[in-house]
Amino acid sequence: MEKTKDLTSSSEAGSIKKRSQVKEVWRRFCRNKQAMVGMCMLLLLIFAAIFADIIAPYDPVEQDIINRLKPPSSAHWFGTDELGRDIFSRILYGSRISLTVGLIAVGLSSIVGCALGAIAGYYGGVLDNIIMRCTDVLMAIPSILLNISIVAALGTGLQNVMIAIGISSVPAYCRIMRASLLSLKEQEFVDASRAAGASDVHIIIHHILPNSLAPLIVQATLKIGGAILSCASMSFIGLGIVPPTPEWGAMLSTGRDFLRDAPHLTAFPGMAIMFAVFAMNLMGDGLRDALDPKLKN
Amino acid sequence: MNEHTNLLEIKDLTVHYVTVDGTVHAVENLNLTLPEGKTLGLVGETGAGKTTTVKAIMQILPDPPAKILTGEVIFCGEDLLKKNKKSMRKIRGKQISMIFQDPMTSLNPVITVGEQIMEVIRLHDKKISKKDAYTKACEMLELVGIKADRAGDYPHQFSGGMKQRVIIAMALACNPRLLIADEPTTALDVTIQAQVLELMRKLKAKYQTSMIMITHDLGIVAEICDYVAVMYAGEIVEYGNREQLFHRPSHPYTKGLFACIPNLMEEETTLIPIEGMTPDPTNLPTGCRFHPRCPYATEECSKTNPASKEIENGHHVKCLHI
Repeated sequence: MEKTKDLTSSSEAGSIKKRSQVKEVWRRFCRNKQAMVGMCMLLLLIFAAIFADIIAPYDPVEQDIINRLKPPSSAHWFGTDELGRDIFSRILYGSRISLTVGLIAVGLSSIVGCALGAIAGYYGGVLDNIIMRCTDVLMAIPSILLNISIVAALGTGLQNVMIAIGISSVPAYCRIMRASLLSLKEQEFVDASRAAGASDVHIIIHHILPNSLAPLIVQATLKIGGAILSCASMSFIGLGIVPPTPEWGAMLSTGRDFLRDAPHLTAFPGMAIMFAVFAMNLMGDGLRDALDPKLKN
Repeated sequence: MNEHTNLLEIKDLTVHYVTVDGTVHAVENLNLTLPEGKTLGLVGETGAGKTTTVKAIMQILPDPPAKILTGEVIFCGEDLLKKNKKSMRKIRGKQISMIFQDPMTSLNPVITVGEQIMEVIRLHDKKISKKDAYTKACEMLELVGIKADRAGDYPHQFSGGMKQRVIIAMALACNPRLLIADEPTTALDVTIQAQVLELMRKLKAKYQTSMIMITHDLGIVAEICDYVAVMYAGEIVEYGNREQLFHRPSHPYTKGLFACIPNLMEEETTLIPIEGMTPDPTNLPTGCRFHPRCPYATEECSKTNPASKEIENGHHVKCLHI
């Protein structure tokens, strides 16, 4: 009886120690001022996206032709656009789309990319060659061009934009994953695990993936900013989110016609994009520093 | 050839590594037997094919480049080389488990040691609950002399000797019938070596496990092994029980190995090393593989590769001049 008690207490000790490693990374992350700024900016964005319904003073698609192209005022903080819609409200709602695209596109590409990279790196040989040559081809095409052709083939819309952006960033994950697999699969603990009777899938998921997580997390965070930017540029050229859905890139695109008379139409969505990308990049850099064991203390 | 039943029998095993620079004849026509409950020492220089042999038993050779060309590995009456991947996985870790050379790298750095032991248990017992597996893992840790409350620690929080203990705990977690230890003490200092060997001997006796011990160190062989096989360039040149081999070493290579050990009783000024280097495994000498370095070599040695001869009961030597 006493022994079981002993064991439970030790299991608690175990989980405490485990948490402490996450804590360690968190502590290092907190010490980095830039990273904290980035995180606050991101939290602000997430807050805006979640509570857009409550915060937004106007309906984002409600037109008010009389008050069109009004500069920022106390009634309309960021002014109104060519149809009299409140830009502040539209930017708040737009953050929903940007964050969704960022997260889902990155999630999609990281899962597909990691799986392909893991297969290529682990099995090697012909399979590796096929996968890596395909990613080389994808990398050779400028990503915006690739996005355009995929969306042109699939049609516009939020879902297709996410797929397009996802596909075009698969090669980056594929390469990172393959590179870390090539070095990790030679490690003795992989051999040891195989000698213990583990299957290939088990080894990849339980032994290799946790060891290569740090560069993947960093890449993913940095890529979210990139995905937001890609989504905006797709909408800007009219292949992304279709009006009247509030989307930052689309807002920029329509505002372009009024650049001389009403610069606030483009300035605010542009700043919103910059804000989001900047936040993600700051956080990504901070995470990289926090997760890099060489920079410990 | 032995009064005991054989747990493991290797017949005519040939393993080559096919690379662009040529074929490496890592293991050639190797025959080996291990009686149940006994310990076999596999001795030889670096590159003699010791690790390749045991990896071939486990079938964890990297393929490509490794190719098992011929042979049978009969374990408990079944040929392991004919087994499919899935049934082989059930044998690894459960029936045969392995301790690797370097404890620093054979534990996963990002998983706690408790979880790593649990993993082996859970791989071979799908029904066991997480909690039971954890309890079992803690028991295993206690068994190798590590406090159970350290199960939540990561490998970097342990010293080298303790890591090797953890690895031994992992290897024995499923009560394997055969334990393969690939130079388990090479990376450890001498005092820890002695502790680890003592622990292995104790646990081996407790669990009735048979063992194959790969080592360079004849001292370890003398201490722990019942049978000894001396390997040279992919072949077993001499095989016998400990007494036969230590008291009547017969192959020139084995004699050479013993001549390299300083004797505590006698005043010795210089040791007699074996001249030359191990041959290039892609370009092995013709005839007896040891003849370029052998002091007793004759014309005939460079022509015929001698067959293994039984010079006394269970003592086999692969030399023309015996």
